[in-house]
Amino acid sequence: MVKRLFTGVVTLMVLSGLGFLFFAWQPALTAIEPPQAAAFPAEQIAQGEQLALAGFCANCHTVPGGQDYAGGLGLDSGFGIIYTTNITPDPETGIGTWSEAAFFRAMRKGVSRNGAHLLPAFPYSHFAKITDPDLTALYAYFMTRTPVKAEKQRNTLPFPLNIRLLQAGWKLLFVNSSAGPYQPRADKSEAWNRGAYLSEGLGHCGACHTPRNALGGEKLDHAYGGAVIDHWLAPSLTHTNPSPLPWTEADLFDYLRNGASPLHGVAAGSMAEVVHMGLAKLPEADVRAIAVFFADLNGSATVDAAPALATAMARERNDTGSEADHGAQLFRTACAYCHYNNAERPAPARPELALSSTIFASDPVNFIHVVLDGIGSKDGIPGLYMPGFAKSLSDDDIAELASYLRRTRTDQPAWPNLIEAVASNRKSLTASH
Amino acid sequence: MTQFTLNGQSVTVDVAEDTPLLWVLRDVLGFKGTKFGCGIGACGACTVHLNGRAIRSCIIPLSDAKGGQITTIEGLDPAGQHPLQKAWVETQAPQCGYCQSGQIMQAATLLKDFPNASDADIDAVMSGNLCRCMAYVRIRQAIKIAAAEIRNGAPHE
Repeated sequence: MVKRLFTGVVTLMVLSGLGFLFFAWQPALTAIEPPQAAAFPAEQIAQGEQLALAGFCANCHTVPGGQDYAGGLGLDSGFGIIYTTNITPDPETGIGTWSEAAFFRAMRKGVSRNGAHLLPAFPYSHFAKITDPDLTALYAYFMTRTPVKAEKQRNTLPFPLNIRLLQAGWKLLFVNSSAGPYQPRADKSEAWNRGAYLSEGLGHCGACHTPRNALGGEKLDHAYGGAVIDHWLAPSLTHTNPSPLPWTEADLFDYLRNGASPLHGVAAGSMAEVVHMGLAKLPEADVRAIAVFFADLNGSATVDAAPALATAMARERNDTGSEADHGAQLFRTACAYCHYNNAERPAPARPELALSSTIFASDPVNFIHVVLDGIGSKDGIPGLYMPGFAKSLSDDDIAELASYLRRTRTDQPAWPNLIEAVASNRKSLTASH
Repeated sequence: MTQFTLNGQSVTVDVAEDTPLLWVLRDVLGFKGTKFGCGIGACGACTVHLNGRAIRSCIIPLSDAKGGQITTIEGLDPAGQHPLQKAWVETQAPQCGYCQSGQIMQAATLLKDFPNASDADIDAVMSGNLCRCMAYVRIRQAIKIAAAEIRNGAPHE
């Protein structure tokens, strides 16, 4: 009996293992001669360029100061560092020998030409929503870039995460492979559908803004619910966003087009790259469409912002800061000369912290990041500048400043463990500089 | 090599880009009107303008000034006759004078943002500019005189 049971279990294991192998194994697709640039119509290449901007391909596949699309940027996945690949048409180290079919398979199924499973740091589950003509244009664009010989750096993923075949299991769990390209919704406007197509597909907004589970899969029932990624909080884009003023379509457009919304805050970190390296070069209608989509998602059109604005400005005006409060004293000496306001609305170039999405956010990481590192020429809007205080304020100072602002400028619960949060952020910033 | 505009003139300097701007202004370019106080952006003595806004030059790396417009006390007004400078003389605001160029540069941004600055506005925006001689009362008076002159049409940056 025991023997028969044992045999049965082993047989079952072997069979399911074989089944998994059958599912996981992907064939290599035939290598092709790198196509000539003349093989692609010029307007298709131009369209591909726009799409590459809308997908922020360069933000990950180009190292700052490096050669276009040659890869090599290290992404901290939380499991180990993943280095981006060379997507120039170099036949040996890039995608020069990839047929259009191989490109389509990689974009939609996350499988390399040689059959290896790609890691989900490459957001193929989003790219699967791109239409055939758009993928063809992207292929035309990338196959006509200057080929660069650049070997891929080895990832630092630990065993067993470095076994590519196991990625198939991840896909089985977290990727809806039968979903197909984006289907427009008949009950929504053309702009909304365009916005949804760009955001959910190419733009892969959810790759940062949707929280992930312990295995790194996007929690689709919490889509756009906000998540901490790479030492930044990618805030919630739904009604759960705690910003005091709603993010309306106009606010979102301002922010996505210019890098700042005067009554909410500025784009910094990788969001500044999204705005300035990608969206800035897209047609206005596309950026507007993304704003339409997210304004509908967060329900801001139904919220009256006036009372919240009045409350915030009153909080700012009425705070005199106690002499004994170290955070208040720091604010008065190091912050107020730029951030103080006294009217019904903040003055231009005086960002109002009582309105700041960052101070209201569930996690202090963005506040800490900005205080340590400042707002530079790559962030926000041109001309806006804030120095970093990493060398002048201690962990205790920044923690006190954070807790003071949280207490006096918001109605949100205190941020816990601030000193530890500042210390760990400082460490990661020092490491990345 | 780092280029920026200083008081309307293009300058190029060859120093490490993490050098604080204050060091570049004083030691490399010889503009000594801007003073060193604390070195951590907490006293205001080193205040200059970057693109028209008051900033503490001791905590700003040269790289952040790249391509920008820097104005120091020497360039606030070509003849040293900015309404704030005249009001400073009129009220005899400084005592030892060390913090005053920073005070004036900060006050210039204050008046740009708050042309009718109240006592509360002056206290809030000027609190980061310390004066060990305690000349605060005269500084506030001078700011109000300058504000009135600017409101009456006096040229200012």
